Amino acid sequence: MKYLVAFLFLSFSLHATTIHVGKKYTVKSVKKGIALAKVGDTVIVHGGLYREGNISIKKKIVFLGKNLPILDGQKKHEVLSIYADSVVVDGFKIIKSAYATITDPCGIKVYNRNHVIIQNNVLDDNFFGIYLQNCQSCTIKNNYLRAYGKEEQQLGNGIHCWKSNDILIIANRIDGHRDGIYFEFVYDSLIWRNISVNNIRYGLHFMFSHSDTYITNVFKKNGAGVAVMYTKNVKMFNNYFEENWGDSAYGLLLKDISDSYIFNNRFARNTSGIYMEGTSRIKVEKNIFESNGWGMKIQASCMDNEIVNNNYLKNTFDISTNGSLVLNSFNSNYWDKYEGYDLDKNGIGDVPYHPLSLFAVLTEKTPSAMLLYRSFMITLLDKSEKVLPSITPDNFIDKTPLMKSLPL
Amino acid sequence: MNRIIKIILLDILKSKIVLAYTFILAILSWSSFALEDNSAKGILTILNVILFTVPLVSILFATIYLYNSSEFIELLLSQPIKRRKIWISLFLGLSISMIIAFFVGAGIPLLVNSPDSVGIIMLLNGCLITVIFTALAFLSSILTRDKAKGIGIAIMTWLFFALLFDGLVLFLLFQFQDYPIENAMVGITAFSPIDLARIQILLHLDVSAMMGYTGAIFKDFFGTSTGLIVSFLLLSLWAIIPFFISLRKFNNKDL
Repeated sequence: MKYLVAFLFLSFSLHATTIHVGKKYTVKSVKKGIALAKVGDTVIVHGGLYREGNISIKKKIVFLGKNLPILDGQKKHEVLSIYADSVVVDGFKIIKSAYATITDPCGIKVYNRNHVIIQNNVLDDNFFGIYLQNCQSCTIKNNYLRAYGKEEQQLGNGIHCWKSNDILIIANRIDGHRDGIYFEFVYDSLIWRNISVNNIRYGLHFMFSHSDTYITNVFKKNGAGVAVMYTKNVKMFNNYFEENWGDSAYGLLLKDISDSYIFNNRFARNTSGIYMEGTSRIKVEKNIFESNGWGMKIQASCMDNEIVNNNYLKNTFDISTNGSLVLNSFNSNYWDKYEGYDLDKNGIGDVPYHPLSLFAVLTEKTPSAMLLYRSFMITLLDKSEKVLPSITPDNFIDKTPLMKSLPL
Repeated sequence: MNRIIKIILLDILKSKIVLAYTFILAILSWSSFALEDNSAKGILTILNVILFTVPLVSILFATIYLYNSSEFIELLLSQPIKRRKIWISLFLGLSISMIIAFFVGAGIPLLVNSPDSVGIIMLLNGCLITVIFTALAFLSSILTRDKAKGIGIAIMTWLFFALLFDGLVLFLLFQFQDYPIENAMVGITAFSPIDLARIQILLHLDVSAMMGYTGAIFKDFFGTSTGLIVSFLLLSLWAIIPFFISLRKFNNKDL
């Protein structure tokens, strides 16, 4: 049986041929090359500029670019459409897809297929970059996507996945799209080592995408940071959320998220590090919040969240909230504004810490009060409020604040 | 004129109060920077020094010095020197010596530990605040001949700008919070030198929070180079106008 399988495999691979496309070869056109190929064949496209409108792949082939051949959509066509399972697209430069708001033309679009691999491509100046529509078990790896629009409506998303599952998105760089990575109804997928910067709207945006994992990504200088909504079982590890500036820009916006785990991320220099709304049963552990305007904004609609072992350093406000109801716990964090003492030297402060300052509550109600921040009178009011909480909720408390920052 | 400045400068720099002021500033700054591994707490300490201690010491010391040296001023007036010259030299001598004290005490640790835009802006504002409150001291000491009254006016001036003014602003904020008052608030800050200095530093120190909606309005004004120039001009006016009023009074005063 084993030999038979081996024999069958060999005979298949022997039958697979390689078709070369390029100026020096007999086949000059990409479309013709694909038409000549049979299932399982390899089409190698050599360097050069190919203006052939829409190229569709309707059979299982390996589609290889050598020396970065350019496929140009001339702003009139979707560049590459894939209608077959297990296609590999590797090493192309895909530029100038059309712009249309109903059909959403893309650099590369996969229609209802599985096991497609898209890797080592450069996508430049496309409307949508890579679009997976109803796909399973696909891989998007090592691509560089760039767009240049100035306004949201002129731009599509970098990597856009809709109604898919088991997707791997690894080591891509997305720059200047509308949303860097966009997920809607995508389940059980992994996003790992991507860099999403300078996008007009969100670096990462997902909705209704359960059980996905985000590891070691960088989201920096995006118009509105990262937004995640209506999802459960999200895992976010070792990500960087940096320099997302603006009134409605958040390092990480969590809206109606539940049963998730946010571990060992770094939130630096954002207007708000994390913004939580309607979020429940989340554990936020061992993260660094550094130099943010607001480390965390937790709305009163959140419950049963556990914020533990985080470092809060150099934030203007560590935490703010909009109500007096507190259903979350904030124990064992390090707050650099903590002024208590530790008599028994066990590393845990003996006096509980109120992370919510009076002024954070005031500015939540009257934002223009920000003008008075760090004035001596406000400091005085803040100090007295810390001793005798009257306006701030008195159960908003860290019972075991750490004396030293955690080595994260 | 230079000679009078030199005499006053040396006289002040030798005085124990200024030495103690320098020394206390230095201890405070160095220790607060050494306390933590990040420079944030040290900067906050120096910020409070600039907004609180520097105005108090500048205005009190200058007022008391002026009253104490009334005999010296009368002696100078008996010489063929213009009144204008004497008053300006006194002002320059006092301001320069207080700036030196501030620079040695707080400026050096600031520049060593935070050699960036925050440090430089704080240093500039600290020096300007020193000059402004020295000028206010000149005004308060020329207003009355009575030493106790003069010092009282000086303390009240300091109290007003350091505490009461912010209280008034806070009151106004909450009274008119339903109206779009952000731009008006920017205007109101011009009436307090301490607030002007504080907001300038704030825009560099808490830049992330200032990128929020209201912050953005302030940043649109103070954060741009025109805003920066305007607010520095306003601060300079705060030094120049009180001093020139006092100068005019001194010129016509029967001593």
